[in-house]
Amino acid sequence: MREVAIVSFAQAPSVRRETERNEVEMLTPVIAEAIERSAISRKEIGFTISGSSDYLAGQPFSFVTALDAVGAWPPIRESHVEMDGAWALYEAWVRLQIGDVDSALVYAFGKSSPGDLGEVLALQLDPYYLAPLWPDPVSLAALQARALLESTGYTERDMAEVAARSRRDAQSNPNAQVASDFSVDDLLAEPYLVSPLRKHDCPPVSDSAAAVVLAAGDLARRVCERPAWVRGIDHRIDPHYPGVRNLAESPSAALAAREAGVGDAPVDVAEVHAPFSHQELILRDALGLDGRTAINPSGGALAANPVMAAGLIRIGEAARRIMEGNARRAVAHATSGPCLQQNLVCVLEGD
Amino acid sequence: MAERCAVIGVGQTKHAAKRGDVSMPGLVREAAARALEDAGLTWRGIDAVVIGKAPDMFEGVMMPELFLADALGAVGKPIMRVHTAGSVGGSTALVAAYLVQAGVHERVLTVAFEKQSESNAMWALTISVPFQPPVVAGAGGYFAPHIRAYIRRSEAPAHVGMLVAVKDRLNALRNPYAHLRLPDISLEQVAASPMLWDPIRYLEACPSSDGACAMVLTNGDGAKRSPGAPAWVWGTAMRSEPVIAYGRDQVNPRAGRECAADLYGQAGITNPRREIDVAALYVPFSWYAPMWLENLGFAEEGRGWKLVEDGVTAIDGDLPVNPSGGVLSSNPIGASGMLRFAEAALQVQGRAGEHQVDGARVALGHAYGGGSQFFAMWIVGSEKP
Amino acid sequence: MSEPVTSIRRPVRLEYDFTAGRAMSRFLLGLAEGRILGQGCPECARVYLPPRGTCPTCGVPAEEEVEVSPRGTVTTFCVVNIPSQVLVVPVPYVCANILLDGADVPIFHLIQECPIEEVRMGLRVEAVWVPAGELKATFESIRHFRPSDEPDAAYDSYREHL
Repeated sequence: MREVAIVSFAQAPSVRRETERNEVEMLTPVIAEAIERSAISRKEIGFTISGSSDYLAGQPFSFVTALDAVGAWPPIRESHVEMDGAWALYEAWVRLQIGDVDSALVYAFGKSSPGDLGEVLALQLDPYYLAPLWPDPVSLAALQARALLESTGYTERDMAEVAARSRRDAQSNPNAQVASDFSVDDLLAEPYLVSPLRKHDCPPVSDSAAAVVLAAGDLARRVCERPAWVRGIDHRIDPHYPGVRNLAESPSAALAAREAGVGDAPVDVAEVHAPFSHQELILRDALGLDGRTAINPSGGALAANPVMAAGLIRIGEAARRIMEGNARRAVAHATSGPCLQQNLVCVLEGD
Repeated sequence: MAERCAVIGVGQTKHAAKRGDVSMPGLVREAAARALEDAGLTWRGIDAVVIGKAPDMFEGVMMPELFLADALGAVGKPIMRVHTAGSVGGSTALVAAYLVQAGVHERVLTVAFEKQSESNAMWALTISVPFQPPVVAGAGGYFAPHIRAYIRRSEAPAHVGMLVAVKDRLNALRNPYAHLRLPDISLEQVAASPMLWDPIRYLEACPSSDGACAMVLTNGDGAKRSPGAPAWVWGTAMRSEPVIAYGRDQVNPRAGRECAADLYGQAGITNPRREIDVAALYVPFSWYAPMWLENLGFAEEGRGWKLVEDGVTAIDGDLPVNPSGGVLSSNPIGASGMLRFAEAALQVQGRAGEHQVDGARVALGHAYGGGSQFFAMWIVGSEKP
Repeated sequence: MSEPVTSIRRPVRLEYDFTAGRAMSRFLLGLAEGRILGQGCPECARVYLPPRGTCPTCGVPAEEEVEVSPRGTVTTFCVVNIPSQVLVVPVPYVCANILLDGADVPIFHLIQECPIEEVRMGLRVEAVWVPAGELKATFESIRHFRPSDEPDAAYDSYREHL
């Protein structure tokens, strides 16, 4: 495959509710920053693609006005996926393989605060059999957590350890929304929210936006001192109905990890999109990550979870470690749908 | 180096105002199963699925590909969901083509659908956001002023829109999948139909349909093994421009012109009027036929209406446009663009049935969306590029 | 044998708190004072209305406030004969693209207080505001536009805004 690398990444600090700026206004400085850091001029970018959701924004065609933040004049090659920005990045990577364009701008906006996120996400479910019951994402995740605890050796303490570590690591991430230093015992003393999940096992509701610039081959080397090369990228989906799959496992994440080549060499750092603490346990196993890999040094989705942008931010955070020279091989993961239904895995390497 | 890409399977549903006989999964499977059968493949033979549709609010399901993954045989495979407004059916096919051209997959199933009857489509498009301008006039209300500007600028005679409306509805009678069947359609009938958004009459506007379209795309090796003659992709292009920008020309959008120029360059076409045998254009309101003929370089600016008036765009004309009846006869919005792309493929495969254009070897598939700002196009040919 | 179930009803009601954003907020506050405020782009110097905070052609912040005239020219229009679900105006009514003096892009609004047959491209119009005491930070502060009794604008003066 053609060599393609992430050469810049920018994100807006995640906040619970951005009341002053709308989606486009949140996005504009982020795109400007990503482009400026890429050292590729706006007009030279060969392909532009975004990921977002109309239901999240509460408006049909919400991605259309976001074009204002790009400066799409003269007209540009541009597309949009109604998916997390991580899949937009995947499409950009595919587009760059064809060889006629050398760079791509990928962005995602995830302003989760306008609606009731629990109600909005319930509309992701099968409209005939599941959605009429309005199952909220926390309850579905609790079903999954219960399945995990009952069928494996994992405990609520393991989950609390994920939460404590994530929020502690988030203290050094200026873009994180929830950061704190609690002991595992303190967390376990808290009451259940939806058993077996406690508040700390669940992600915050976040508003943010993110942008990444990709470049191919020599262009990447020219504009970036330490490009984060995409060595493998793959995504897979599991069946939709929570009842027909083993919720304690993530076969689609495991398959995507295998296809992306996660296990081919040691992994220094992994940014895993696990909105709920128990999901990190499932994903660590699916991706084959062990104690040698630093997991979610950014704090992960437990520290900030802007829906539709959180996956792209995982890729950006993983790439940043390489671009800053702090890791040689990194893995990023994004998820979508109820109970980790759809998963994307990306392997990044420095030179 | 890009791989070759070819269409080896095409399928579509019967389009209707309400397909009450199938669920959403049933609708997409109907199209997908036909495309697979056409390609001589089973679900197992597909490497990845790319699905597209217009706003989720049309069906009231957020990211419906998540629940449709099971019905589309996508479990354990990659599935992507595209949404680029009205052009989405075309853009979706292009993303599938990229996967093949990039050498990522060998056989990709691409599907686009809309089941507008599941929700209140009019409602879905007119959600009143408190601080947005209060004037909402529907899609027709948005496009009608631009049609008026075209008529003023080109000095086209008033009956041109009606000629297109009649021609496409007569063509639809040859297409068993078409939604509207108006055997008695006439200029008089169109003229007498209510003026909805002056200058757009009722019979000059598209219907609202339930329907789906699917295609199987493959690379050179896959095409060799396909049972029928493939339609080879000669060029693909997409362009977008902002909603509001100084210098935008919504009658003859720059994004459309540049998209076509890119496309023709890839396909080695220097004179589209002579070298393209049939065009499947996205014409939701009849006047957009002459407008796109100019935008795409088939006619000089201001002269597109002459091609319509002279019968050039008739099914037996020199440049047949929308022999299937087009969007004016079937409009499952999310699928409408892919239906144009699929029609182009069927034509060069010589498999368009009663609406086959004799000797069609090179065809254009075209889609647009938003406020005439998103464009997706491809050119397919019977010969390997 | 009962009839097959062909559909189920699932009413969905979602409430959203939309964020106007800084640019729109300033514009709406302008309307509350009976002023129409656009934004100028620092690069191309074009004036956009309603403002979005960015220049859509240059992709840069466009925060310079520019007051535009409540008078303008109908660049093109249509006559709507379908009752709107959200707009309480009897059909038929006229929706027009109006290029306000001092702005570089037209806005979409209603033309009232004149026979429909008299609406034409190039017609000069002016904003009709709600009474001063009722001005608020909403779009509804401008009721509609009406002919301003000026001579029509020449086609060439607005043709590049079509």
